[in-house]
Amino acid sequence: MSDATANPRSLKDGLGRLATWDGIIILLTVVVIVAASLGVSNFGTSRNFTFLILDLMPIVLVALPMTLIIVTGEIDLSVASILGLASSLMGWFWNNGLSIEMIIPLVIVIGAVLGAINGFLVNALGLPSLAVTIGTLALYRGLAFVVLGDGAVADFPFDYTGWVTGTIGGGSVPNVLIPIVALAIVFGIVLHATPFGRSLYAIGANDQAAHFAGIRVARTKFWLYVASGAVSALVGILWTLRYSSARADNGSGLELAVVAAVLLGGVSIFGGKGNLPGVLAGVVLLAALQNALRLQDVSGQALNIVTGTLLVLSVLLPNVVSSIRTSRQRRKVRQAAAS
Amino acid sequence: MAAVATHSPAKKVFSGLVKTRELGIIVALAALIIYTTASQPRFLSAQSIRDILLNTSILAVMAAGQAVVVITRNIDLSVGSVLGISAFTVASMMSDNPGLPMIVALLVGLAVGAIAGLLNGVLVRYGRVPALVVTLGTMYIFRGLIYSWAGGDQVNADELPGHFLQFANDSILGIPWLVLIALVVVGGVSLMMRNYRVGRELYAMGSSPGAAELAGIKVARNMLAAFIISGALAGLAGVLFASRFGTIDASAGNGYELNVVAAVVVGGVAVSGGSGTVWGAGLGALLLTVIGSALTVLDINQFWQQAIVGALIVLAICADRIVAVRIARSLRKRDSHV
Repeated sequence: MSDATANPRSLKDGLGRLATWDGIIILLTVVVIVAASLGVSNFGTSRNFTFLILDLMPIVLVALPMTLIIVTGEIDLSVASILGLASSLMGWFWNNGLSIEMIIPLVIVIGAVLGAINGFLVNALGLPSLAVTIGTLALYRGLAFVVLGDGAVADFPFDYTGWVTGTIGGGSVPNVLIPIVALAIVFGIVLHATPFGRSLYAIGANDQAAHFAGIRVARTKFWLYVASGAVSALVGILWTLRYSSARADNGSGLELAVVAAVLLGGVSIFGGKGNLPGVLAGVVLLAALQNALRLQDVSGQALNIVTGTLLVLSVLLPNVVSSIRTSRQRRKVRQAAAS
Repeated sequence: MAAVATHSPAKKVFSGLVKTRELGIIVALAALIIYTTASQPRFLSAQSIRDILLNTSILAVMAAGQAVVVITRNIDLSVGSVLGISAFTVASMMSDNPGLPMIVALLVGLAVGAIAGLLNGVLVRYGRVPALVVTLGTMYIFRGLIYSWAGGDQVNADELPGHFLQFANDSILGIPWLVLIALVVVGGVSLMMRNYRVGRELYAMGSSPGAAELAGIKVARNMLAAFIISGALAGLAGVLFASRFGTIDASAGNGYELNVVAAVVVGGVAVSGGSGTVWGAGLGALLLTVIGSALTVLDINQFWQQAIVGALIVLAICADRIVAVRIARSLRKRDSHV
């Protein structure tokens, strides 16, 4: 993941490119929402808005810590498995008579510990995060099945399941928007308005330079994995309560959807580039498209083509634009030299 | 890491390292087989061995292709979707034209996969898009294409010609065709990577992409070749999958990419590129399959399988790291004498 350093002119170019790609994604999101509201019946209804928010909740929440991790040039593919293990543990604890007020903090702490294991392997031992988190992806999902088997636990108290699916004051704004907005603000401030956040970009751009500039690279990245584990566990709890069903296979495959949304939002897989508003727009764009197409009776699976194409284009287009710009500049220089 | 591919002082150490890598898997495999057989002798019955080898063959074919891509410091996450698209294409073709011989099915599968791989390679090389992004994208695109083509339809075993289904059960000289194909693929690709110029160039590209380019290696051609090999072998695996399971729907091979990457990593191929072997990846595929069968035979809860595979991947990476650190240390010592 350290190829970003190979291209010395990429930082300045990258910032310019990034701004344009962010703009495109945010614009595209607005266009899709406006077009869907006008053209797709039932898209603009308050009820559909509630479902839209509920559907994008898991991806947007997991995408927050994932953005920070990818900005440092690492990756965490185990998030969906932590989600599943959290869901399994929740069901298991509930079956063993723990109160839900006990279970929720306990599961979040366990999620943080699972994240800390990733963080330890990647940062203390210096192992490649892609390989480590593919390993823990299998490990944590396997443990989820060991804990709960292929059964489901469904008898959670209505006070909690009702809150997750409910809306604020019975209106059209779902309750889960509260944790989404709160966490988005927290992560937004941390990434964009604190020295810690700036250090993440420095690490992603060049971790050795960051180290020599006095940034504690390993420790910083370690805490990102802890945060990622804790948030994934929280999403596991919300997921379980939303569907009133604790299952070991909850959220499987979500990791790739989250990574796709983050990259679509303009974050570079090599680290050092990207911002949270772009990622949020990327998540909303994908969710709104999926929702609108489903209302039009287009299969959700066919949407995969759109997701995949957007993902590739999000990196391809800026590259094409910049190479056209470079070749034009070269021609200019050559002409100047000739005359 | 372990950037040494060929030449002088590092060579001896490097071959030692290679030995250590595969030796670990062989030891683990032997220990597992001995332990399981001791407590349940039927584990080594002819039927059981046959089943294990048949189950390994599809994974091993894909792992061989994936290993080539990973050695060049790239990754191909689209292989599960390529398997699906090839399986569905070939199954539909065979059910429409039951008279076609098996070799045509195999060639069509290879061709479908090669085209998919070419697309990946072109986007990675000429689009300068990272392989993880490209193949994550094409994983979605290919899967979406199968769904919009197949919808909820599936090809059932009774629509497929007999000789196509029989292929997965037939043997030649006592070796099932599937196993033979897997052996030829893993052996052939290993030989290419070990003894031929293009193979060594692929290692060099994985060790240091920039240096490889400066050394005059045809990086573009080789990288396309790596992705085409991975795609074509995933396509071939699709034909084997269709022949073995008979019932093909749009979700065929969903999620296989992670098993394949797991086999490659457990087999000692470092995701940072430039090291590991193709036959190691084949052994990785075998080890993962044997673990699955051993759990069944030992009557251990099947649910442990995935957790054990995960733990094994983490262990393999740790072991790899320890070896790499040791080698770096011994190299430094040698250098200080000079």
